[in-house]
Amino acid sequence: MLAPVGAAGKLFAFGLDVARGLFKRPFQMREFLQQAWFIASVTIIPTALVAIPFGAVIALQVGGLIKQFGAQSFTGSAAVLAVVREAGPIATSLLIAGAGGSAIAADLGARKIREELDAMMVLGIDPIQRLVVPRVLACMLVAVFLNGLVSVVGVAGGYVFNVVLQDGTPGAYLASFTALAQLPDLWQGMAKALVFGLIAAIVASYKGMNAGGGPKGVGDAVNESVVISFMLLFVVNFVMSAIYFQLVPPKTG
Amino acid sequence: MGVEIKVDDLSKSFGKQLIWGDVTLTIPAGEICVMLGPSGTGKSVFLKTLIGLLKPDKGSIIIEGTDIASCSEKELYEIRKLFGVLFQDGAMFGSMNLYDNVAFPLREHTKKSESEIRSIVMEKMDLVGLIGAEGKLPGEISGGMRKRAGLARALVLDPEIVLFDEPDSGLDPVRTAFLNQLIIDLNAQIDATFLIVTHDVNTARTVPDNIGLLYHRHLAMFGPREMLLSSEEPVVRQFLNAQRVGPIGMSEEKDADELEAEKDEELPPLPPIPLQQEPSSGIPRRSQRPPGEWLKEHGVTPPPGSFKENMSMSIGG
Repeated sequence: MLAPVGAAGKLFAFGLDVARGLFKRPFQMREFLQQAWFIASVTIIPTALVAIPFGAVIALQVGGLIKQFGAQSFTGSAAVLAVVREAGPIATSLLIAGAGGSAIAADLGARKIREELDAMMVLGIDPIQRLVVPRVLACMLVAVFLNGLVSVVGVAGGYVFNVVLQDGTPGAYLASFTALAQLPDLWQGMAKALVFGLIAAIVASYKGMNAGGGPKGVGDAVNESVVISFMLLFVVNFVMSAIYFQLVPPKTG
Repeated sequence: MGVEIKVDDLSKSFGKQLIWGDVTLTIPAGEICVMLGPSGTGKSVFLKTLIGLLKPDKGSIIIEGTDIASCSEKELYEIRKLFGVLFQDGAMFGSMNLYDNVAFPLREHTKKSESEIRSIVMEKMDLVGLIGAEGKLPGEISGGMRKRAGLARALVLDPEIVLFDEPDSGLDPVRTAFLNQLIIDLNAQIDATFLIVTHDVNTARTVPDNIGLLYHRHLAMFGPREMLLSSEEPVVRQFLNAQRVGPIGMSEEKDADELEAEKDEELPPLPPIPLQQEPSSGIPRRSQRPPGEWLKEHGVTPPPGSFKENMSMSIGG
C-alpha cells in the first residue's frame, strides 16, 4: 500500500540529487547547449502549431460568450488573459513533456540498457551531473521560451480569428489588451513554464535512468514518463494558479 | 601489480528474490579468475556488485582496505579508478567516435596533453587491433569490434583490476579464441587482477588460474583451475564438462523424479584436463603455475590424457 509513497519519495530524492549535481563543477556547457538546441528543435514547430488552434478556440469560446454579455470590447483582453495565464503554460507543458521529456527519457533509457550509464559510473563520472543537470536546465530554458512563443502565437491566432472570422474590430481587440491583463500575468506564465520544464525533465530523466531490461523497458519508461509528467504538470498548474490569485489581486476597471 | 579482492559473506536479492547468498571468496592479486554459472544465476549481478553499481544486502567487499559495500560515494568513485570494466556490449558512448570513447577516461581523469593522449589511445587501439577504425561511431561497427573497443577503453587508465562481463557472448569461436589469447597476453603484460564472468566452458577450462561456480543461489565452489577440473562434485562436474547428467536441469534445478530417473545412468568419465593457454610471447605469466602442480600437491590423479600438447578441445559426453 505504501508503494506509491516510496515511488514518489525516490523521484523526489532524485530531484535532490539533481539539485546537488547543479553545484558540482565543471558545468557541462557543451551538453547544455546541445540539449537546449535539441529540445528546442523537437518542440518549436509542434508548439507553434498547437498554439494557433489554442488561441482560436479561446477566441471562439470567449467571443461567443462575451457577445451574449454585450461586452465585445473586452474580447481582446479576455483572450490575452486566457492565453497568457493558462493556455501558454498548458500548451508548453504538453509539448515539453510530450516531445522534450519523451526524447530525454528515450535517450537516457537507451543509454541505460546499453550499460553506458554503468560504464560512466565505473569511469568515475556521475551521470546525474554529466547528463541530467544539463538536460534539466536546457528543458527549463526552452520551456520559458516556448511559453513566450505560445503567448505570441496564441494571441495572434486569436486576433486573426476574432477580427477576420468573427467580425471583431481590430482596434477594440488590441486596445482592450491591458484592460484586465497586467504584467504579473506574464511573470506567472514564465514562472509556471520554468517549473514545468524542471518537473518534466526530472521525471523523464528519472524514468529513463531507471529503465528496466531491454527495448521494452525503454518504451515503458518513455510512456510512464509522459503520463506521470502530464499528471504532475496539470496539478502543479492548478496549484500555481491558485497561489497566484492569492498573491496578485485581479485588476479592476 | 594487481590488487586482491576479498569478498566475505556477500548476499544480494531483488525484492524477495534471493540472487545469491553467503558468497565468500578471495580473488588473488594478479591472477585470472573465471566466474561460471548457468544462465540467470546472477553472474553479472555479482560483477556489478564488485564495482559498487549494485549494493549488496549484506557482507563486505574489501579492496585495498576499503569496503565497497559500505563506503561513501566519494570513496567509491576513488576506488573505481582502479577498475577497468568490459561490459557485455562494450557500452561505448553512442555520441562519440571510438577514438573519443577510448580517450574519454584520460581526458576526464588526467591532465595529459592531447598528444600524450593520442599516443596512449593509439597504443591501446593497436593492442586490440582496431587501428583504422578510430573515426567510426559505435553504431557503425560490429559487436565484436565494440567489445574490443570497450576493452581498449577499460585499459587506458592502467587498471589494477579488469572485469570482463561475458567477453565471449555473441562472438564466433575464432574471435573468442583471439580474445582469450588477448586476455592472457594482457595479464602477462600488465599483471592486473582479472575476473571474467562467462558461461563458456572452453574459456573456463583453458584460460584462468582460478574458477568459481555460481549455482542455485550460492557459490558452489571456488579454487584453482585444476581443483575444479578434477572435481567429482556433481554440479561442478556437470557444468565444466557440459553434460546433461547431473543436478542442473533445463530450468534451474532438476526435481526429484528426474534425478531418480537418471540415478543409474553411468556418469561419463572426467575428460582430460587441457593445458592452460600460454601468453603468445612464450614467457609464462607471473601467476601461472606449472601444469599438474596443484594436483600433485593434493595427491589427486588427473584423468588420463591430461596436459597433452595439442589436445582436442572437444568436451562433454
